Amino acid sequence: MAQLLQHLINGLASGTIYALVALGYTMVYGVLKLINFAHGDVMMVGVYMGYATAFALGREARASLLGVAVVFAVAMLGCALFGFLIERFAYRPLREKPRLTALITAIGISFALSYGFQLDIGFLPGASPRAFPEIITPTEWLIIGDRDVVVWNWQVISLLIAVGLMVGLQYLVFGTRFGRAMRAVSWDHRVAALMGIPTDRVIALTFMLSSALAAGAGLLYAIKDTSVSPLMGLYVGLKAFVAAVIGGIGHVPGAVVGALVLGLVEEFVVGYAASTWRDAVAFGFLILVLLVKPGGLFGRVAAEKV
Amino acid sequence: MQTPALPVPESRPLVPPSLRGVAPVVVALPVLALFQWLLGGADFASYLLSVMGVNIILAVSLNVVNGMTGQFSIGHAGFMAVGAYISGVLSLQLKEVALSFLPVAASDQVLFMLSLLVGGAAAAACGFLVGLPSLRLRGDYLAIVTLGFGEIIRVVVQNTDSFGRALGLSGIPQASSPAMVYFWVFLVVLAARRLAGSSHGRSLWAIREDEVAAEAMGVDTTGYKVRAFVFSSFFAGIAGGLFAHFVPIINPGSFTFVRSMEIVVMVVLGGLGSTTGAIVAAIFLTLLPEGMRSLFSALGTEGSLAQRVDQIRMPIYGVLLVVLMLARPQGLFGSKELWDVLPRWLPRKRRGLA
Repeated sequence: MAQLLQHLINGLASGTIYALVALGYTMVYGVLKLINFAHGDVMMVGVYMGYATAFALGREARASLLGVAVVFAVAMLGCALFGFLIERFAYRPLREKPRLTALITAIGISFALSYGFQLDIGFLPGASPRAFPEIITPTEWLIIGDRDVVVWNWQVISLLIAVGLMVGLQYLVFGTRFGRAMRAVSWDHRVAALMGIPTDRVIALTFMLSSALAAGAGLLYAIKDTSVSPLMGLYVGLKAFVAAVIGGIGHVPGAVVGALVLGLVEEFVVGYAASTWRDAVAFGFLILVLLVKPGGLFGRVAAEKV
Repeated sequence: MQTPALPVPESRPLVPPSLRGVAPVVVALPVLALFQWLLGGADFASYLLSVMGVNIILAVSLNVVNGMTGQFSIGHAGFMAVGAYISGVLSLQLKEVALSFLPVAASDQVLFMLSLLVGGAAAAACGFLVGLPSLRLRGDYLAIVTLGFGEIIRVVVQNTDSFGRALGLSGIPQASSPAMVYFWVFLVVLAARRLAGSSHGRSLWAIREDEVAAEAMGVDTTGYKVRAFVFSSFFAGIAGGLFAHFVPIINPGSFTFVRSMEIVVMVVLGGLGSTTGAIVAAIFLTLLPEGMRSLFSALGTEGSLAQRVDQIRMPIYGVLLVVLMLARPQGLFGSKELWDVLPRWLPRKRRGLA
């Protein structure tokens, strides 16, 4: 029973991190109908920005509350700028081309980033993983019984940050003018443009928002894993992507539910079966969901109009 | 559908129509045998040629799905892995077996062919299993499912004792030879070209151009997509089987997402839908790293640079994809074939059905 509770907590903790990354996939898919394959790698770039900032701050400054805030702010803002550049120079010129063209571009960017960062030329960090500085020192936050169930402080902090960001996002999408514009572009970007919505700006802002969320999630992941590596984006990105598809890509609450479900499924496989099967289970689960509900749990399969 | 009667040429054809399908194979075999004999014992040359041939098979077969049918599979290395492991394990089991009515060398080749075919069939069966559910979905979902399939295969191999887990499978008889590889290259090119001009092929082109319109015209879109998928995964399995029989060891690291992406880059670079384009791109991208390596070591500057060619290759592929999509999204050849883009004074193939 205690073991079950512990797995439940761990699963939810990793699920919330997936959820933040998955939200980025889902928002971009919502406005552009593009699977942004490079999203995970943008996240990785953000984590390296946070890593560099934490080092620049020094040992004392980065462990303070203000220091942590600076690390997060630099990574999220830097990543937003990076996402903007990718959208402006790689995706925007292809917007009216067939969708496959943009998908191939996204895969190309993902490849260039994750393998480019493995080189050790100039400022690039090289292939080997590096220890992420302890900006939040892991301590036990809550202990139930005789260490039967342990809740770590980073689990609580990442849950709080993740929930805060999600609530903020929900308000942004459903409670503001920008959110309304975003939903209009997602519905039909040509008609939205005719109604006077600056579609280019909305799409660029969506990209910046999703990249910033990814950077935040990536930092939480790095704190949990205590390491950064150029390939982390590829793997976390793929998992988050699977989560977004399970929830129904383009559906904001669906992405969160999908991510939590995926986090739990993975945790239970690791806990009760074998950890080596974890990656296969995520994809197997995806194929299973797509077989039963081709649009994901909450998505609808729209009939194609001609 | 009845086609209007065409004027029949008076002259008798060189090859009777019933044998026309077999004729190229009959011509190719002695050429390949000669080629093998000329190559003799050049180890590195025959290794490089074999790698190149395997890449051509992979690129040409992936082109049937990604180019001709307009779907997007990024798990080709997964099918290659199925072929490699199934045929590798089978060859290991059959190592001691010899067919008594044949000389030893011939018997080895027969058994090798058998395990290749079994590997190819297993890959085709996987292609069918993956294709059937996912091809009902739109193109981008297929991309994810094929990617997931590739990962699942890798994890399964890593967790199975008879596949050697993460350490890999070694001691597979080195039965492959450049002649064998190029025999299969020849078969896949022949099959792909004949497919492109057939009524099956026209259905595939129709699906690529507009799936809804194709369906409205009575094309069984799911059926044709699955068939294209099975075709392509069969040859990927064969390529994997060939690969397993000339490298010293196969391990899951040879069949990762990176490998799949390499094949995708070949197809996209050559031109989506162009068989000869895929061949040219496969040859170019196999020789490019080798060329860079020898260039760097010849220059003598920084010995480390020559060793890092493999590392530098990957980001360059990524940038190459992005630049290609921005500048020339149809790839170098588009869906044209080599003879359509040759200069005017060179002999051209007549336009029309291939």
